[in-house]
Amino acid sequence: MFSSFFYLLRARGLSVSFNEWMTLLEALQKNLHHCSFTEFYYVCRAILVKSESDFDRFDGAFLEYFKDMEFTKELPKQLLEWLENPKDKPKDTFDMQRAMQNNRLSPEEIQKMFLERLEEQKEEHNGGSYWVGTGGVSVFGNSGYSPKGIRVGGTSRYKSALQVAGERNFRDFRNDNTLDTRQFQMAFRYLRQFSSRIDAPKTELDVDGTIQATCDNGGNLKMIYQRPRKNTVKVLLLMDSGGSVEYYSRLCSALFQAVSKSNHFKDLKVYYFHNSIYAKMYTEPTLRTKLAVETDWILQNISSEYKVIIVGDAMMEPSELMGRSFFSYGVRDKTPGIEWFQKFKQKYPHIVWLNPAKRPQWSGYWSHTYDILSELFPMYYLSVDGLEEALKKLLVSR
Amino acid sequence: MNTSTGFKGSQNYVASQELMGAVNIAMALEKPLLIKGEPGTGKTMLAEAISQALGKRLIIWNIKSTTKAQDGLYVYDVVQRLYDSQFGNAGVDDIAKYVKLGKLGEAFDAKEQVILLIDEIDKADLEFPNDLLWELDKMEFYIPETKQTIRANHRPIVIITSNAEKELPDAFLRRCIFHYIAFPTQDLMEEIVAVHFPHLDKTLLKQVMETFYWIRGLSSIQKKPSTSEVLDWIQALQLGGISERAIRKEIPFAGVLLKKNQDLDTLEKYKD
Repeated sequence: MFSSFFYLLRARGLSVSFNEWMTLLEALQKNLHHCSFTEFYYVCRAILVKSESDFDRFDGAFLEYFKDMEFTKELPKQLLEWLENPKDKPKDTFDMQRAMQNNRLSPEEIQKMFLERLEEQKEEHNGGSYWVGTGGVSVFGNSGYSPKGIRVGGTSRYKSALQVAGERNFRDFRNDNTLDTRQFQMAFRYLRQFSSRIDAPKTELDVDGTIQATCDNGGNLKMIYQRPRKNTVKVLLLMDSGGSVEYYSRLCSALFQAVSKSNHFKDLKVYYFHNSIYAKMYTEPTLRTKLAVETDWILQNISSEYKVIIVGDAMMEPSELMGRSFFSYGVRDKTPGIEWFQKFKQKYPHIVWLNPAKRPQWSGYWSHTYDILSELFPMYYLSVDGLEEALKKLLVSR
Repeated sequence: MNTSTGFKGSQNYVASQELMGAVNIAMALEKPLLIKGEPGTGKTMLAEAISQALGKRLIIWNIKSTTKAQDGLYVYDVVQRLYDSQFGNAGVDDIAKYVKLGKLGEAFDAKEQVILLIDEIDKADLEFPNDLLWELDKMEFYIPETKQTIRANHRPIVIITSNAEKELPDAFLRRCIFHYIAFPTQDLMEEIVAVHFPHLDKTLLKQVMETFYWIRGLSSIQKKPSTSEVLDWIQALQLGGISERAIRKEIPFAGVLLKKNQDLDTLEKYKD
């Protein structure tokens, strides 16, 4: 049967196993899809996909395999010409907000609107949100972007069709989106290492030990207690504050909330820096000099068993990172930032960098320090996926 | 096999087409059905609805953070037996007396086919689902103390709900049919409301729906209201005798919909 679909799903990053595939075939044999294509889609999804965060990937692969639906009625010749050879080249950016409005439309409405436009339209249109054309956000045309719509001519660039899979309703559930505090908090639960080797009173009843001891004691009850299992992870959080990270402040504060609310850590210490680490770090995000501590003091007093998370965009003037005697908020510093970073790296075997920004596309000025720092530290993009990866990295030794 | 009596929703539960499909697939393939979804979309209610619709007994196994897989199978009360032996009570030799079946055991042991709801499986330890693989696959387990095998007389229909607080292990997921309950569309929501309030005024319903989806649409709301909250709200509006026009304008009893102070403040701001 269509086993190439199986391999396509796997190639698109869905970990479909052979067993699940066999289950699907069994379901089709039992005609659970009632010979309907839509039902077939749901049967496939229910059996092969096990998380809503994979629904979007599945939809994409499903569309790729079964191709998207095209408008089948006859079209005016002139319109097709405009579409096949647009005067303006399609742009890469679209008015997403306008495009998302198309989401509210029902298939019937789109069909109706399309027929109306065919009546009205007398010239070529590219870009924009109303007419049939290329590179825009209206629900018709090609090479544009609309979450729903009818592709008219051309090859599909952002595949969207009116089929169920085409709606891609589960885009928001993808793990690689950046999300809210709670999801961060969930991720921080990865950061757990349970141990009963802690300094705590023996308060938990050891059932197996009690039974053993009672038997040894000739049947007279003898209670055995043990230390409870507790998380032993200690976290040192270093956050960039102010300047270019301001742009990501909401994301960073969500992360901070999540860390501080995760009360399962044995200890949590937070310090702030501006752009790069220098001789002093701050205990408040306002970077008040009065509340500063010597970075050396941190390095000496916070033991290497702490797991270090640095949060920052790693983008600054190259001289801020590499230059000597750089002024920063009233601190006169002789050691360049990069050396401070190296000191942290040497001291703490478990250290990761979370970056709310992606690497700038263009190379040069801003990406220069980004590249240097991402080479020094394992750097992860601050999304739910990235955070999870980073935290897993923190748990294993270098 | 029980495909003839397919699930089509019940009197008090409106299921989407896809959800009904998933339930019937799971029943036909005899696999556990794993249900995920936003809080308040009726994951737990589903099992009750299936039990009602098919007229089968429902056994609920509520999972807590301390639950062990063993608890669902059986508990061997050694301590009781030890005490009994110390006081020389009769029947101490009969170990079976001290073996008590858990919820899963109960479902296997039932004379008729039952529905087993394993509620909020993600609350338990990470290893929990893996410890149940064999039992859910083969529908049997062995009690070494009594040298007895408990085998399902009729394969129970297993519904598992999860709030996605933990990733479930792959080996476990592979054995399940999965369905994600998306938040109901306005049409479906109206249907759901109609089931709970059959005599609701049309204009009131319209106002409620508009306001509700408008609030859900506000991007700065942290905890979005869900189905159960809108039902409570309608109840409150009815009891309070609020006029329809006031709903959209004043949003009375907003505290029923929004549970966070920040969200109520946000709503104040957006209210014109």
